[in-house]
Amino acid sequence: MSDETKSRRIVPIGPYHPLQEEPEFFKLIVEGEKVVDLEIHIGYNHRGHEFISPELTYDQVPFLVERICGICSNSHPLAAVLAIEDCAGIKSPPRANFIRSIIHELERIHSHLLWVGLAGHFIGYNTVWMWAWRYREHILEVFEMITGNRNHYTVNKPGGVRWDIKPEYIPQIHAALDLVEKKTMMLTKAVLDDPVIRARLEGVGILTREQAIAWSVLGPTARGSGVDIDVRRDDPHAAYDQVPWNVIVLPEGDVFAKAKVRLLEIFESVRIIRGCLDNLPDGPIDVRIDEIPPGEGVGRTEAPRGEVFHYIRSDGSNRPIRHKIRAPSYMNIASNVVAVRGGSIADAALTLAAVDPCYCCTERMAAFEDGKMKYSGQELLRLSWEKTEKLREGLGKSHYQEGRLE
Amino acid sequence: MSFWMSGWRLVIAFIGTVIIVPIAGLILTWVDRFVSARVQWRKGPPFYQPFADILKLLLKQTVVPGGAARTVFLFAPLVAMASMSVVALMLFFSHFGLVINQRTSFLGDIIVLLYLFALVPIAFIVGASASRNPVAAVGASREMTLYIGYELPFVLAILVPIVKVVQKWDVASALRIGGLIAYQQQYGPFLYSISGIIAGIIILFVIQAKLGYVPFDIPEAEQEIMSGVLVEYSGAPLAGFKITRAMMFVLLPIFMITLLWGGIGDWWAILKFLAIVVLVVLMKNTNPRLRVDQALTFFWFILGPLGIIAVVLAFIGL
Repeated sequence: MSDETKSRRIVPIGPYHPLQEEPEFFKLIVEGEKVVDLEIHIGYNHRGHEFISPELTYDQVPFLVERICGICSNSHPLAAVLAIEDCAGIKSPPRANFIRSIIHELERIHSHLLWVGLAGHFIGYNTVWMWAWRYREHILEVFEMITGNRNHYTVNKPGGVRWDIKPEYIPQIHAALDLVEKKTMMLTKAVLDDPVIRARLEGVGILTREQAIAWSVLGPTARGSGVDIDVRRDDPHAAYDQVPWNVIVLPEGDVFAKAKVRLLEIFESVRIIRGCLDNLPDGPIDVRIDEIPPGEGVGRTEAPRGEVFHYIRSDGSNRPIRHKIRAPSYMNIASNVVAVRGGSIADAALTLAAVDPCYCCTERMAAFEDGKMKYSGQELLRLSWEKTEKLREGLGKSHYQEGRLE
Repeated sequence: MSFWMSGWRLVIAFIGTVIIVPIAGLILTWVDRFVSARVQWRKGPPFYQPFADILKLLLKQTVVPGGAARTVFLFAPLVAMASMSVVALMLFFSHFGLVINQRTSFLGDIIVLLYLFALVPIAFIVGASASRNPVAAVGASREMTLYIGYELPFVLAILVPIVKVVQKWDVASALRIGGLIAYQQQYGPFLYSISGIIAGIIILFVIQAKLGYVPFDIPEAEQEIMSGVLVEYSGAPLAGFKITRAMMFVLLPIFMITLLWGGIGDWWAILKFLAIVVLVVLMKNTNPRLRVDQALTFFWFILGPLGIIAVVLAFIGL
């Protein structure tokens, strides 16, 4: 160990994050308070969605991918059904498109409010935390009213949507939106005008435009760094090309810009939902899909954290033979390596949270040894089956015979 | 009165203080938690929650991390608690004259108080450093920076009443709490002057920092360094630190009232006390946490010059 590295210590954040309560491990390599390097370890929570999906029918796939993430539980099913529809070569009816947009933007509001609350908690401002989450509650009530669930709303299905927005719901949705808009305005003013918050957030964890492009970041993280991308505008789906709205882009690239992008996007989402509700066309909410021909389909949608990408390949049967998922946090979390470097530990904790990481979206696993992949998917599957069998045999012999489980 | 009589009264009074102040502090902790909860649209804990927490901690196992300096690690909370107990004794006795009456509170006790208050952060630093945990080490260095930060304006603020008393009376009465109280009874509290108000504002911020509340909970920032200085503490030693904090929550406002706001001899003191507590809780709930370098800048380059201005104003007689 040289003299330079002697004073270095490791400050661990994780493997179980004390705040986000999700499994990830950031090794902050620090000199005193200054962070000189960062190691990111993920992969503690492999769930095998891409493997399970081909075992399910196309009708069941949205239910599965909905459970990838509890917060953006509309983005993944929406992208999956877009991929299936792309594969089948059909278009969902206009009313379904509008309902998809409404639900998607409601989800963005609740996700961004959740992040604002968490960001407040991260800088020790617990009042902002509780208030943001309280106003988020109104959005969850709207979800419950429309779909029966606060989260996992099961709105999307191949060919349309499951739940219609009944005329009697519309005034209530408007009322909730008015309330949330008013309260978010108050929250935005409180956050953006507070000198202490500005002192904590401005110039912290800067990700320049070039770095943002080099690390392929997505969503508000990219838009806060001046990269003008938004799948809603660039690849129109649902009803996004039929209502007026703006993409919020800020050039600064610090945590404050990311917070500002998210807060301002809430107002844009409110605008989109109002536009959709006012222009909601009549007609059916789904079309029947009889057959999905062999081929492949791609679905992209702008989740609250960035672009969600789903790829589905069909062989003509009622199940996909391959389902590939890419969640935005997978791209965003890696960019922390450059954003955190050079800051203090206090800034690091904040910067790590500023990309709004979603670990359950991000988890995937591959076993490498000496730079070569050790197991293929099939081998891993065989290993897990063998382990299950071993467990069952072992259970039969040890536990039951020795009378430990009575 | 014989020596033994006064000795026994001292012992009884000491035990009384040592029991009453932590209980009052824990109730105050509940008030803080309850008010914070109501501000944040939550329900808040029942009034016995802090007591239940302490009881639970006392019943829990005490884990000493491997490789830690065991004796220092375990003695740190004791030192902190003991220093706060002595502070309590001195503050109450200089008011009610149980053993030492106002005229005979000893010369220089205000300096002793300053050092006793300083023992708490030192205990935190020593305990955290003894635990041999990298996160605790970061917390200890932050605690040290913060302590160096707030001690300068704190001393300057304490100089304000001392300067005022020296000008009217003499050094001997200025450097004792009894003298400060007697002066305020005769000429009115120091807080009702320009220099007194500045000193009051400074001490309010210092109280916040000494209590480790937002925006100055930097050494314990749970979101960044997982409660930093306290990360390795468990069981009874942790309870010791919690009780120390609770005692400080009572003693620091009382210290401020004694120093600047006419002492706690009358019933108005309860209202004054509650006013300070409300300000502390409000500040805690309407601010995010500062970074440690920002806190240092705030204390040295904003409150420091303010303190010097206050002392100068006190010299002029304002």
